Amino acid sequence: MKILVCLSNVPDTTTKAKFVDDNTAFDTTGVQWIINPWDELALTRAIQLKQDAANSIDNITVITVGGKDAEPTIRKALAIGADDAVRIDAEPKDAYFVAAQIAEYVKNNPHDIIFAGIESSDYNGSAGGGMLAEFLEFPSVSAVSAVNLENGELTITRDIDGGHDQVVSELPVVTIVQKGIAKEPMIAAMRGIMMARKKPLNVVQPVDVEALTEFVEFELPQPKPPCKMVEPENVKELVDMLQNEAKVL
Amino acid sequence: MSVLVFTENWDGKFKKLSFELVSYASKVAEMLNTQTVALSIGDVQENELKKLSNYGADKVVAVNNDQLKVLDNQAYASVIAQVSEKEEAKVLVIAHNNMGKALAPRLSVKLKAGLGSAVTKLPTSIEPFIIYKKVFSGKAFSNVVLKSDVKILTMAQNSFELIENAKDASIEQFDAQIGEIKTQVKDEQKQTGQLLLTDAEIVVSGGRGMKSPDNWAPIEELAGLLNGATACSRPVSDEGWRPHEEHTGQTGKIIAPNLYFAVGISGAIQHLAGVSGSKYIVAINNDKDAPIFEAADYGIVGDALKVLPEFIDAVKEAKAK
Repeated sequence: MKILVCLSNVPDTTTKAKFVDDNTAFDTTGVQWIINPWDELALTRAIQLKQDAANSIDNITVITVGGKDAEPTIRKALAIGADDAVRIDAEPKDAYFVAAQIAEYVKNNPHDIIFAGIESSDYNGSAGGGMLAEFLEFPSVSAVSAVNLENGELTITRDIDGGHDQVVSELPVVTIVQKGIAKEPMIAAMRGIMMARKKPLNVVQPVDVEALTEFVEFELPQPKPPCKMVEPENVKELVDMLQNEAKVL
Repeated sequence: MSVLVFTENWDGKFKKLSFELVSYASKVAEMLNTQTVALSIGDVQENELKKLSNYGADKVVAVNNDQLKVLDNQAYASVIAQVSEKEEAKVLVIAHNNMGKALAPRLSVKLKAGLGSAVTKLPTSIEPFIIYKKVFSGKAFSNVVLKSDVKILTMAQNSFELIENAKDASIEQFDAQIGEIKTQVKDEQKQTGQLLLTDAEIVVSGGRGMKSPDNWAPIEELAGLLNGATACSRPVSDEGWRPHEEHTGQTGKIIAPNLYFAVGISGAIQHLAGVSGSKYIVAINNDKDAPIFEAADYGIVGDALKVLPEFIDAVKEAKAK
């Protein structure tokens, strides 16, 4: 069985958002790049599934769409424990473009379980995984907080309003994962970092796809008025302000 | 031509979110000078379907089929696409919730429709079609052009007002083609009648400043008193003090209540990403330099375990008046 984990290369979550070129482009100066947090959890769970000898998982591939500057992030995924990596050599224009590229790869290189994070922390589209599934006409399960493999049967725990359900899916399937899928992201050990240098990172040429959306202009949030401080002994004053000023109580 | 709005139901009933969606869709339809069609999938009674017309639906299309009792993303997306094509929809409006996030991307590919996700406002322009959305988890906003002929918008919950606009809508049953279903639901654990965190207008959230899971009674009491829901910060759910469903923040739930109480939460940037859509934030924290006070509207510097019970008493007193 083969697992594919889709990765986004995103700015570290503590990065301050700044823009250049008349607010039309994200300012990458001094930005630390990381594996998108949900993708990192997906990778962690994929490695755990492979480590469990009861599962016959032969290979975990990580895939991303991006320029050469995305390679340190991909190497990090290899260091954590992916077996090989694919970089589709194109600027990720939008989710539709990215999903179309990955779909093309999967058509030529079949995988049984495909993991995608539910959102990327940069453009917050929540779109890539579902789009990929539709391009491939695979089933998809979204808002996934656990996956278990037993005798080749994949049981997927999905969050629904007020609880969760267990879904069994035909393979291949795209599982779109969120918090809970793994407790904490796995960290690369020194041995993994050494080995990652020797693992294959294949660069693939993109196919011709048109993006459907374009981010044309960015802006920072309006500064908000300062917090009104209330003394701890005056809780009544806070209740009064919430009732009569904010009118929310 | 039409604007098609997909309205999910919960055990045969609609809720505020459904009507927010219809209100939003009918405003978009007004901008495009066209009609609003609402689509319901599942077993929903006619008097319930009629409610959608109170918020501007000109027509309601209902699909009821035993194979659609539980959510299979492929089957649902296919049904919505069939109705979209039949109604010649130019814009599809879907909730940015669990179900909407599962379906909208599939529909985007099926209909070759540009997707604008988690919008909080009406499109800023129709020609070209420009939407306004949060990016970098709330640290910035962006204008996004949707270049395709058909467009899909997912609307962030609690971001649009209900607008009553009663129409005399027709209700049409539609017999959709259902393909092979490739997923099966084996089991379900669900609490009914419980207020969902994402639906709550008031949320009381506790952080590490609560010191121990044994100290959660006042958080729950205040939430109960205000008909709100409880939430928590990431360290609290990571420690297992509270279930992960309660974690609000960048990697947890993104919420936008009218009032958010951050109690003993320092306000890391990742936490703020999940709650910055709140209309008002009240922070109670013993560290006057905690970043939560930069995001909050009202703040008290003090020991949460001491301040919160006093605040609860003050709320009770005010309510008794």
